[in-house]
Amino acid sequence: MITVEKLNKNFGELVVLRDISETIHDGDKIVIVGPSGSGKSTFLRCLNLLEVPTSGTITIDGVEITDPKVDINKVRSQMGMVFQNFNLFPHLTVLENITLAPIQLKLMNESQAKEKAKYLLERVGLMDKINEYPKRLSGGQKQRIAIARALAMNPKTMLFDEPTSALDPEMIGEVVEVMLELADEGMTMVIVSHEMGFARKISNRIFFMDEGVIVEQGSAKQVFDNPEKERTRAFMSKVLPR
Amino acid sequence: MSTFVASAFSTLKENFYNDFIVDNRWKWLLEGLGVTLQITFMATLLGIIIGLLLALVKVSQFHGRKIPVLSQLVDGYVLVIRGTPIVVQLLIIYYVIFASVAIDKVVVAALAFGLNSGAYVAEIFRAGIQSVDSGQMEAGRSLGLGYGMSMRKIILPQAIKNTLPALFNELITLLKETAVAGYIAVADLTRAGDLIRARTFDPLLPLLAVALIYLVIVALLTRVMRLLERRLARSDHR
Repeated sequence: MITVEKLNKNFGELVVLRDISETIHDGDKIVIVGPSGSGKSTFLRCLNLLEVPTSGTITIDGVEITDPKVDINKVRSQMGMVFQNFNLFPHLTVLENITLAPIQLKLMNESQAKEKAKYLLERVGLMDKINEYPKRLSGGQKQRIAIARALAMNPKTMLFDEPTSALDPEMIGEVVEVMLELADEGMTMVIVSHEMGFARKISNRIFFMDEGVIVEQGSAKQVFDNPEKERTRAFMSKVLPR
Repeated sequence: MSTFVASAFSTLKENFYNDFIVDNRWKWLLEGLGVTLQITFMATLLGIIIGLLLALVKVSQFHGRKIPVLSQLVDGYVLVIRGTPIVVQLLIIYYVIFASVAIDKVVVAALAFGLNSGAYVAEIFRAGIQSVDSGQMEAGRSLGLGYGMSMRKIILPQAIKNTLPALFNELITLLKETAVAGYIAVADLTRAGDLIRARTFDPLLPLLAVALIYLVIVALLTRVMRLLERRLARSDHR
Protein backbone atom coordinates (compact mmCIF):
# COMPACT_ATOMS: atom_id res chain seq x y z
CA MET A 1 0.00 0.00 0.00
CA ILE A 2 1.28 3.42 -0.94
CA THR A 3 0.03 6.40 1.01
CA VAL A 4 0.70 9.88 -0.30
CA GLU A 5 0.09 12.77 2.05
CA LYS A 6 0.11 16.46 1.21
CA LEU A 7 2.59 15.96 -1.59
CA ASN A 8 3.94 19.17 -3.09
CA LYS A 9 6.53 19.60 -5.80
CA ASN A 10 7.94 22.84 -7.15
CA PHE A 11 10.52 23.35 -9.86
CA GLY A 12 11.84 26.73 -8.76
CA GLU A 13 8.88 29.10 -9.03
CA LEU A 14 6.78 26.61 -10.93
CA VAL A 15 4.32 24.67 -8.78
CA VAL A 16 3.82 21.24 -10.33
CA LEU A 17 2.04 19.25 -7.62
CA ARG A 18 -0.29 20.79 -5.00
CA ASP A 19 -1.14 19.04 -1.78
CA ILE A 20 -1.87 15.63 -3.25
CA SER A 21 -3.14 13.05 -0.77
CA GLU A 22 -4.03 9.63 -2.10
CA THR A 23 -3.84 5.93 -1.29
CA ILE A 24 -2.85 3.21 -3.73
CA HIS A 25 -3.84 -0.28 -2.58
CA ASP A 26 -2.11 -3.55 -3.40
CA GLY A 27 -3.40 -4.85 -6.69
CA ASP A 28 -4.66 -1.46 -7.84
CA LYS A 29 -4.29 -0.67 -11.51
CA ILE A 30 -4.32 3.07 -11.66
CA VAL A 31 -4.17 5.02 -14.88
CA ILE A 32 -3.36 8.69 -14.54
CA VAL A 33 -4.78 10.84 -17.32
CA GLY A 34 -4.86 14.55 -17.88
CA PRO A 35 -3.60 17.33 -20.13
CA SER A 36 0.15 17.75 -20.68
CA GLY A 37 1.79 19.78 -17.94
CA SER A 38 -0.78 18.64 -15.40
CA GLY A 39 1.86 16.92 -13.24
CA LYS A 40 1.06 13.27 -14.12
CA SER A 41 4.63 12.22 -14.81
CA THR A 42 6.00 14.21 -11.90
CA PHE A 43 3.54 12.52 -9.55
CA LEU A 44 4.57 9.11 -10.86
CA ARG A 45 8.27 9.96 -10.57
CA CYS A 46 7.78 11.12 -6.99
CA LEU A 47 6.55 7.62 -6.09
CA ASN A 48 10.08 6.22 -6.50
CA LEU A 49 11.78 9.51 -5.68
CA LEU A 50 13.21 10.10 -9.15
CA GLU A 51 11.78 13.49 -8.27
CA VAL A 52 12.28 14.53 -4.69
CA PRO A 53 9.08 16.05 -3.27
CA THR A 54 9.31 19.62 -2.03
CA SER A 55 7.11 18.70 0.91
CA GLY A 56 4.75 15.96 2.02
CA THR A 57 5.25 12.29 2.72
CA ILE A 58 5.04 9.05 0.78
CA THR A 59 4.71 5.85 2.79
CA ILE A 60 5.08 2.41 1.23
CA ASP A 61 4.04 -0.59 3.34
CA GLY A 62 4.64 1.37 6.51
CA VAL A 63 8.03 2.78 5.46
CA GLU A 64 8.11 6.52 4.98
CA ILE A 65 10.34 6.72 1.88
CA THR A 66 10.50 10.51 1.95
CA ASP A 67 12.48 10.22 5.19
CA PRO A 68 16.10 11.03 4.21
CA LYS A 69 17.34 8.16 6.40
CA VAL A 70 15.58 5.53 4.30
CA ASP A 71 17.74 3.50 1.88
CA ILE A 72 16.15 4.70 -1.32
CA ASN A 73 17.95 2.13 -3.46
CA LYS A 74 16.20 -0.63 -1.57
CA VAL A 75 12.83 1.05 -2.00
CA ARG A 76 13.42 1.51 -5.71
CA SER A 77 14.50 -2.09 -6.19
CA GLN A 78 10.97 -3.11 -5.20
CA MET A 79 9.32 -0.71 -7.65
CA GLY A 80 9.84 -1.32 -11.34
CA MET A 81 9.73 1.64 -13.68
CA VAL A 82 9.12 1.69 -17.40
CA PHE A 83 9.94 4.86 -19.34
CA GLN A 84 8.50 6.46 -22.43
CA ASN A 85 11.89 6.28 -24.16
CA PHE A 86 12.67 2.73 -22.94
CA ASN A 87 16.11 3.71 -21.64
CA LEU A 88 17.61 0.32 -22.37
CA PHE A 89 21.36 0.21 -21.85
CA PRO A 90 22.77 0.35 -25.39
CA HIS A 91 26.18 -1.05 -24.50
CA LEU A 92 24.70 -4.25 -23.04
CA THR A 93 22.93 -7.16 -24.69
CA VAL A 94 19.28 -7.86 -23.95
CA LEU A 95 20.32 -10.54 -21.45
CA GLU A 96 22.80 -8.20 -19.74
CA ASN A 97 20.20 -5.44 -19.59
CA ILE A 98 17.91 -7.73 -17.64
CA THR A 99 20.50 -9.34 -15.36
CA LEU A 100 22.60 -6.26 -14.53
CA ALA A 101 20.66 -5.03 -11.50
CA PRO A 102 19.81 -8.40 -9.88
CA ILE A 103 23.46 -9.48 -10.12
CA GLN A 104 25.01 -6.17 -9.06
CA LEU A 105 22.65 -5.88 -6.10
CA LYS A 106 23.46 -9.50 -5.22
CA LEU A 107 19.82 -10.55 -5.23
CA MET A 108 20.66 -13.46 -7.52
CA ASN A 109 23.81 -15.16 -8.70
CA GLU A 110 24.63 -15.17 -12.36
CA SER A 111 22.89 -18.40 -13.26
CA GLN A 112 19.76 -17.56 -11.27
CA ALA A 113 19.58 -14.15 -12.95
CA LYS A 114 20.03 -15.77 -16.32
CA GLU A 115 17.24 -18.27 -15.63
CA LYS A 116 14.97 -15.46 -14.53
CA ALA A 117 15.83 -13.43 -17.63
CA LYS A 118 15.06 -16.38 -19.89
CA TYR A 119 11.73 -16.92 -18.16
CA LEU A 120 10.84 -13.24 -18.57
CA LEU A 121 11.97 -13.14 -22.19
CA GLU A 122 9.77 -16.15 -22.86
CA ARG A 123 6.87 -14.28 -21.29
CA VAL A 124 7.32 -11.14 -23.37
CA GLY A 125 7.91 -13.30 -26.47
CA LEU A 126 11.47 -12.17 -27.19
CA MET A 127 13.55 -15.23 -26.35
CA ASP A 128 15.17 -15.07 -29.79
CA LYS A 129 16.60 -11.60 -29.04
CA ILE A 130 18.46 -12.66 -25.91
CA ASN A 131 21.92 -11.88 -27.31
CA GLU A 132 20.99 -8.87 -29.41
CA TYR A 133 21.94 -5.29 -28.63
CA PRO A 134 19.07 -2.81 -28.17
CA LYS A 135 19.93 -0.98 -31.41
CA ARG A 136 18.70 -3.97 -33.36
CA LEU A 137 15.24 -3.98 -31.77
CA SER A 138 12.04 -2.23 -32.78
CA GLY A 139 10.38 0.20 -30.38
CA GLY A 140 7.81 -2.33 -29.27
CA GLN A 141 10.49 -4.93 -28.65
CA LYS A 142 12.58 -2.43 -26.69
CA GLN A 143 9.65 -1.60 -24.44
CA ARG A 144 8.89 -5.26 -23.81
CA ILE A 145 12.54 -5.78 -22.85
CA ALA A 146 12.32 -2.74 -20.58
CA ILE A 147 9.32 -4.32 -18.85
CA ALA A 148 11.20 -7.60 -18.49
CA ARG A 149 14.19 -5.72 -17.07
CA ALA A 150 12.00 -4.12 -14.42
CA LEU A 151 10.26 -7.42 -13.62
CA ALA A 152 13.61 -9.15 -13.08
CA MET A 153 13.82 -7.39 -9.73
CA ASN A 154 10.58 -9.03 -8.58
CA PRO A 155 8.96 -5.66 -7.85
CA LYS A 156 5.77 -5.31 -5.87
CA THR A 157 4.69 -2.29 -7.86
CA MET A 158 5.24 -1.26 -11.46
CA LEU A 159 5.28 2.36 -12.58
CA PHE A 160 4.75 3.13 -16.27
CA ASP A 161 5.49 6.60 -17.61
CA GLU A 162 3.66 6.86 -20.94
CA PRO A 163 4.89 3.42 -22.01
CA THR A 164 3.32 3.51 -25.48
CA SER A 165 3.73 7.19 -26.38
CA ALA A 166 6.99 6.76 -28.29
CA LEU A 167 5.78 3.73 -30.24
CA ASP A 168 4.58 3.45 -33.80
CA PRO A 169 0.86 2.61 -33.75
CA GLU A 170 1.34 -0.96 -34.97
CA MET A 171 3.62 -1.69 -32.01
CA ILE A 172 1.37 -0.45 -29.24
CA GLY A 173 -0.62 -3.68 -29.19
CA GLU A 174 2.29 -5.95 -28.27
CA VAL A 175 3.25 -3.76 -25.30
CA VAL A 176 -0.33 -3.36 -24.12
CA GLU A 177 -0.78 -7.12 -24.26
CA VAL A 178 2.17 -7.67 -21.92
CA MET A 179 0.80 -5.06 -19.52
CA LEU A 180 -2.68 -6.59 -19.52
CA GLU A 181 -1.19 -9.96 -18.65
CA LEU A 182 0.73 -8.39 -15.83
CA ALA A 183 -2.46 -6.77 -14.56
CA ASP A 184 -4.27 -10.13 -14.67
CA GLU A 185 -1.61 -11.58 -12.40
CA GLY A 186 -2.43 -9.02 -9.76
CA MET A 187 0.55 -6.68 -10.08
CA THR A 188 0.04 -3.25 -8.55
CA MET A 189 0.39 -0.82 -11.43
CA VAL A 190 0.44 2.94 -11.78
CA ILE A 191 0.36 4.06 -15.38
CA VAL A 192 0.51 7.48 -16.98
CA SER A 193 -1.12 7.13 -20.37
CA HIS A 194 -2.90 8.95 -23.16
CA GLU A 195 -4.44 5.75 -24.50
CA MET A 196 -8.01 6.07 -23.28
CA GLY A 197 -9.18 2.70 -24.62
CA PHE A 198 -6.28 0.97 -22.90
CA ALA A 199 -6.90 2.93 -19.69
CA ARG A 200 -10.51 1.77 -19.63
CA LYS A 201 -9.47 -1.83 -20.17
CA ILE A 202 -6.67 -2.15 -17.64
CA SER A 203 -7.66 0.18 -14.81
CA ASN A 204 -9.71 -0.32 -11.71
CA ARG A 205 -9.23 3.37 -10.91
CA ILE A 206 -8.58 6.44 -13.00
CA PHE A 207 -6.93 9.57 -11.65
CA PHE A 208 -7.74 12.66 -13.66
CA MET A 209 -5.06 15.28 -12.99
CA ASP A 210 -5.02 18.94 -13.93
CA GLU A 211 -2.82 21.80 -12.72
CA GLY A 212 -1.05 19.70 -10.11
CA VAL A 213 -4.07 18.21 -8.37
CA ILE A 214 -6.07 15.01 -8.76
CA VAL A 215 -9.32 16.63 -9.83
CA GLU A 216 -11.37 13.49 -9.89
CA GLN A 217 -10.88 9.79 -9.41
CA GLY A 218 -12.90 6.63 -9.63
CA SER A 219 -13.62 3.80 -12.03
CA ALA A 220 -13.25 4.42 -15.74
CA LYS A 221 -17.03 4.32 -16.03
CA GLN A 222 -17.37 7.14 -13.52
CA VAL A 223 -14.51 9.36 -14.60
CA PHE A 224 -14.76 8.83 -18.36
CA ASP A 225 -18.50 8.47 -18.81
CA ASN A 226 -20.04 10.37 -15.90
CA PRO A 227 -17.50 12.92 -14.72
CA GLU A 228 -18.67 15.11 -11.87
CA LYS A 229 -16.30 18.01 -12.31
CA GLU A 230 -16.50 20.51 -15.12
CA ARG A 231 -12.75 20.30 -15.80
CA THR A 232 -12.94 16.53 -16.19
CA ARG A 233 -15.91 16.84 -18.54
CA ALA A 234 -14.07 19.40 -20.69
CA PHE A 235 -11.01 17.17 -20.97
CA MET A 236 -12.94 13.98 -21.67
CA SER A 237 -15.01 15.65 -24.38
CA LYS A 238 -11.74 16.45 -26.17
CA VAL A 239 -10.02 13.08 -25.86
CA LEU A 240 -12.75 10.44 -25.85
CA PRO A 241 -14.18 9.23 -29.13
CA ARG A 242 -17.89 9.93 -29.37
CA MET B 1 76.41 22.26 -62.55
CA SER B 2 76.87 18.58 -62.12
CA THR B 3 79.93 19.18 -59.98
CA PHE B 4 77.80 21.43 -57.75
CA VAL B 5 75.19 18.72 -57.25
CA ALA B 6 77.93 16.19 -56.66
CA SER B 7 79.61 18.34 -54.04
CA ALA B 8 76.26 19.13 -52.32
CA PHE B 9 75.52 15.43 -52.24
CA SER B 10 78.89 14.59 -50.78
CA THR B 11 78.44 17.30 -48.09
CA LEU B 12 75.10 15.75 -47.23
CA LYS B 13 76.70 12.35 -47.03
CA GLU B 14 79.43 13.65 -44.80
CA ASN B 15 76.93 15.41 -42.57
CA PHE B 16 74.82 12.27 -42.36
CA TYR B 17 77.91 10.35 -41.32
CA ASN B 18 78.82 12.94 -38.67
CA ASP B 19 75.22 13.34 -37.41
CA PHE B 20 74.27 9.73 -37.02
CA ILE B 21 77.18 7.34 -37.43
CA VAL B 22 80.06 8.96 -35.55
CA ASP B 23 79.95 8.10 -31.86
CA ASN B 24 76.83 6.06 -32.63
CA ARG B 25 74.84 9.29 -32.45
CA TRP B 26 71.76 7.58 -33.92
CA LYS B 27 71.52 5.91 -30.54
CA TRP B 28 71.01 9.31 -28.94
CA LEU B 29 67.86 9.68 -30.99
CA LEU B 30 66.75 6.19 -30.14
CA GLU B 31 67.30 6.74 -26.43
CA GLY B 32 65.61 10.14 -26.70
CA LEU B 33 62.63 8.48 -28.33
CA GLY B 34 62.53 6.01 -25.46
CA VAL B 35 62.44 8.85 -22.94
CA THR B 36 59.74 10.69 -24.90
CA LEU B 37 57.59 7.57 -25.03
CA GLN B 38 58.14 6.90 -21.32
CA ILE B 39 57.10 10.41 -20.37
CA THR B 40 54.10 10.27 -22.69
CA PHE B 41 52.97 6.89 -21.39
CA MET B 42 53.23 7.81 -17.71
CA ALA B 43 51.69 11.24 -18.27
CA THR B 44 48.79 9.75 -20.22
CA LEU B 45 48.01 7.29 -17.43
CA LEU B 46 48.25 9.99 -14.80
CA GLY B 47 46.22 12.38 -16.94
CA ILE B 48 43.43 9.85 -17.41
CA ILE B 49 43.26 9.06 -13.70
CA ILE B 50 43.27 12.73 -12.67
CA GLY B 51 40.91 13.65 -15.50
CA LEU B 52 38.41 10.98 -14.53
CA LEU B 53 38.41 12.00 -10.87
CA LEU B 54 38.00 15.69 -11.72
CA ALA B 55 35.24 14.90 -14.21
CA LEU B 56 33.35 12.81 -11.63
CA VAL B 57 33.41 15.73 -9.20
CA LYS B 58 32.23 18.07 -11.93
CA VAL B 59 29.33 15.92 -13.09
CA SER B 60 28.20 15.08 -9.58
CA GLN B 61 27.60 18.80 -9.30
CA PHE B 62 25.66 18.63 -12.56
CA HIS B 63 23.64 15.70 -11.18
CA GLY B 64 22.58 17.83 -8.25
CA ARG B 65 24.89 16.15 -5.74
CA LYS B 66 26.81 19.16 -4.56
CA ILE B 67 30.29 18.72 -3.12
CA PRO B 68 30.92 22.42 -2.45
CA VAL B 69 34.60 22.76 -1.48
CA LEU B 70 35.83 19.97 -3.71
CA SER B 71 34.13 21.21 -6.85
CA GLN B 72 35.55 24.69 -6.32
CA LEU B 73 39.02 23.18 -5.94
CA VAL B 74 38.52 21.32 -9.20
CA ASP B 75 37.43 24.49 -10.99
CA GLY B 76 40.50 26.28 -9.62
CA TYR B 77 42.80 23.47 -10.73
CA VAL B 78 41.47 23.48 -14.27
CA LEU B 79 41.68 27.28 -14.41
CA VAL B 80 45.32 27.37 -13.29
CA ILE B 81 46.46 24.53 -15.53
CA ARG B 82 44.69 25.80 -18.62
CA GLY B 83 45.61 29.39 -17.90
CA THR B 84 49.39 28.98 -17.74
CA PRO B 85 51.94 27.64 -20.26
CA ILE B 86 53.05 24.04 -19.83
CA VAL B 87 56.71 25.11 -19.91
CA VAL B 88 56.16 27.38 -16.92
CA GLN B 89 54.36 24.58 -15.06
CA LEU B 90 57.23 22.23 -15.85
CA LEU B 91 59.83 24.71 -14.59
CA ILE B 92 57.87 25.43 -11.41
CA ILE B 93 57.45 21.75 -10.64
CA TYR B 94 61.13 21.05 -11.26
CA TYR B 95 62.79 24.13 -9.76
CA VAL B 96 60.30 24.98 -7.01
CA ILE B 97 58.36 21.96 -5.89
CA PHE B 98 61.09 19.34 -6.35
CA ALA B 99 63.96 21.82 -5.84
CA SER B 100 65.51 19.96 -2.94
CA VAL B 101 64.33 16.45 -3.75
CA ALA B 102 66.52 13.96 -5.54
CA ILE B 103 64.15 12.57 -8.12
CA ASP B 104 64.48 11.29 -11.66
CA LYS B 105 63.88 14.15 -14.08
CA VAL B 106 61.91 11.87 -16.35
CA VAL B 107 59.48 11.25 -13.49
CA VAL B 108 59.25 14.99 -12.83
CA ALA B 109 58.46 15.60 -16.49
CA ALA B 110 55.87 12.80 -16.51
CA LEU B 111 54.28 14.28 -13.40
CA ALA B 112 54.16 17.79 -14.89
CA PHE B 113 52.70 16.62 -18.19
CA GLY B 114 50.28 14.29 -16.41
CA LEU B 115 49.01 17.03 -14.10
CA ASN B 116 48.62 19.27 -17.12
CA SER B 117 46.88 16.68 -19.24
CA GLY B 118 44.49 15.82 -16.39
CA ALA B 119 42.82 19.21 -16.66
CA TYR B 120 42.14 18.74 -20.36
CA VAL B 121 41.10 15.12 -19.98
CA ALA B 122 38.68 16.21 -17.24
CA GLU B 123 36.85 18.40 -19.73
CA ILE B 124 36.82 15.57 -22.27
CA PHE B 125 35.34 13.11 -19.76
CA ARG B 126 32.86 15.66 -18.44
CA ALA B 127 31.55 16.29 -21.93
CA GLY B 128 31.47 12.53 -22.56
CA ILE B 129 29.51 11.79 -19.41
CA GLN B 130 27.05 14.57 -20.11
CA SER B 131 26.59 13.31 -23.65
CA VAL B 132 24.98 10.14 -22.26
CA ASP B 133 21.20 10.54 -22.13
CA SER B 134 19.96 11.41 -18.64
CA GLY B 135 17.41 8.61 -18.95
CA GLN B 136 20.28 6.12 -18.58
CA MET B 137 21.06 7.28 -15.06
CA GLU B 138 17.34 7.31 -14.23
CA ALA B 139 16.91 3.78 -15.52
CA GLY B 140 19.84 2.59 -13.40
CA ARG B 141 18.58 4.38 -10.30
CA SER B 142 15.01 3.14 -10.82
CA LEU B 143 16.33 -0.43 -10.73
CA GLY B 144 17.78 0.26 -7.31
CA LEU B 145 21.39 0.70 -8.38
CA GLY B 146 23.25 3.41 -6.45
CA TYR B 147 24.68 6.54 -8.04
CA GLY B 148 28.25 5.22 -8.09
CA MET B 149 27.28 1.85 -9.47
CA SER B 150 25.06 3.38 -12.16
CA MET B 151 27.98 5.61 -13.08
CA ARG B 152 30.39 2.69 -13.29
CA LYS B 153 28.23 0.11 -14.99
CA ILE B 154 25.98 2.25 -17.18
CA ILE B 155 27.24 5.79 -17.77
CA LEU B 156 31.03 5.47 -17.94
CA PRO B 157 31.19 2.59 -20.42
CA GLN B 158 29.09 4.65 -22.83
CA ALA B 159 30.84 7.93 -22.03
CA ILE B 160 34.35 6.58 -22.53
CA LYS B 161 33.44 5.12 -25.87
CA ASN B 162 32.09 8.51 -26.93
CA THR B 163 35.26 10.26 -25.79
CA LEU B 164 37.82 7.96 -27.43
CA PRO B 165 38.51 10.20 -30.44
CA ALA B 166 39.00 13.25 -28.22
CA LEU B 167 41.14 11.28 -25.77
CA PHE B 168 43.28 10.07 -28.60
CA ASN B 169 43.70 13.62 -29.83
CA GLU B 170 44.87 14.55 -26.35
CA LEU B 171 47.39 11.69 -26.45
CA ILE B 172 48.89 13.00 -29.69
CA THR B 173 49.02 16.54 -28.34
CA LEU B 174 50.70 15.27 -25.20
CA LEU B 175 53.30 13.29 -27.15
CA LYS B 176 54.32 16.41 -29.04
CA GLU B 177 54.13 18.69 -26.00
CA THR B 178 56.74 16.59 -24.22
CA ALA B 179 59.22 18.13 -26.68
CA VAL B 180 59.67 20.95 -24.17
CA ALA B 181 60.94 18.51 -21.51
CA GLY B 182 64.44 19.63 -22.55
CA TYR B 183 63.82 22.79 -20.52
CA ILE B 184 64.65 20.78 -17.41
CA ALA B 185 67.47 18.98 -19.24
CA VAL B 186 65.60 15.75 -19.83
CA ALA B 187 67.21 13.97 -22.78
CA ASP B 188 64.05 13.39 -24.76
CA LEU B 189 63.85 13.00 -28.52
CA THR B 190 63.87 16.72 -29.32
CA ARG B 191 66.71 17.36 -26.93
CA ALA B 192 68.71 14.51 -28.48
CA GLY B 193 68.33 16.00 -31.95
CA ASP B 194 69.34 19.37 -30.65
CA LEU B 195 72.42 17.91 -28.93
CA ILE B 196 73.53 16.39 -32.23
CA ARG B 197 73.02 19.76 -33.93
CA ALA B 198 75.18 21.45 -31.28
CA ARG B 199 77.89 18.86 -31.72
CA THR B 200 78.05 18.76 -35.54
CA PHE B 201 76.80 22.27 -36.37
CA ASP B 202 74.42 20.71 -38.88
CA PRO B 203 70.82 21.70 -38.06
CA LEU B 204 69.16 20.16 -41.11
CA LEU B 205 69.48 16.41 -40.76
CA PRO B 206 69.12 15.97 -36.96
CA LEU B 207 66.03 18.15 -36.69
CA LEU B 208 64.52 16.63 -39.83
CA ALA B 209 65.11 13.20 -38.33
CA VAL B 210 63.44 14.26 -35.07
CA ALA B 211 60.42 15.64 -36.94
CA LEU B 212 60.17 12.46 -39.01
CA ILE B 213 60.24 10.25 -35.92
CA TYR B 214 57.38 12.20 -34.27
CA LEU B 215 55.44 11.97 -37.50
CA VAL B 216 55.89 8.23 -37.79
CA ILE B 217 54.84 7.65 -34.18
CA VAL B 218 51.71 9.76 -34.61
CA ALA B 219 50.88 7.95 -37.86
CA LEU B 220 51.27 4.59 -36.11
CA LEU B 221 49.09 5.70 -33.20
CA THR B 222 46.44 6.93 -35.62
CA ARG B 223 46.37 3.50 -37.20
CA VAL B 224 45.97 1.79 -33.85
CA MET B 225 43.14 4.17 -32.98
CA ARG B 226 41.30 3.42 -36.24
CA LEU B 227 41.51 -0.30 -35.55
CA LEU B 228 40.29 0.21 -32.01
CA GLU B 229 37.35 2.35 -33.13
CA ARG B 230 36.35 -0.20 -35.73
CA ARG B 231 36.42 -2.95 -33.13
CA LEU B 232 34.28 -0.98 -30.71
CA ALA B 233 31.83 -0.17 -33.47
CA ARG B 234 31.50 -3.88 -34.20
CA SER B 235 30.66 -4.78 -30.60
CA ASP B 236 28.08 -2.03 -30.80
CA HIS B 237 26.23 -3.60 -33.76
CA ARG B 238 25.80 -0.16 -35.27
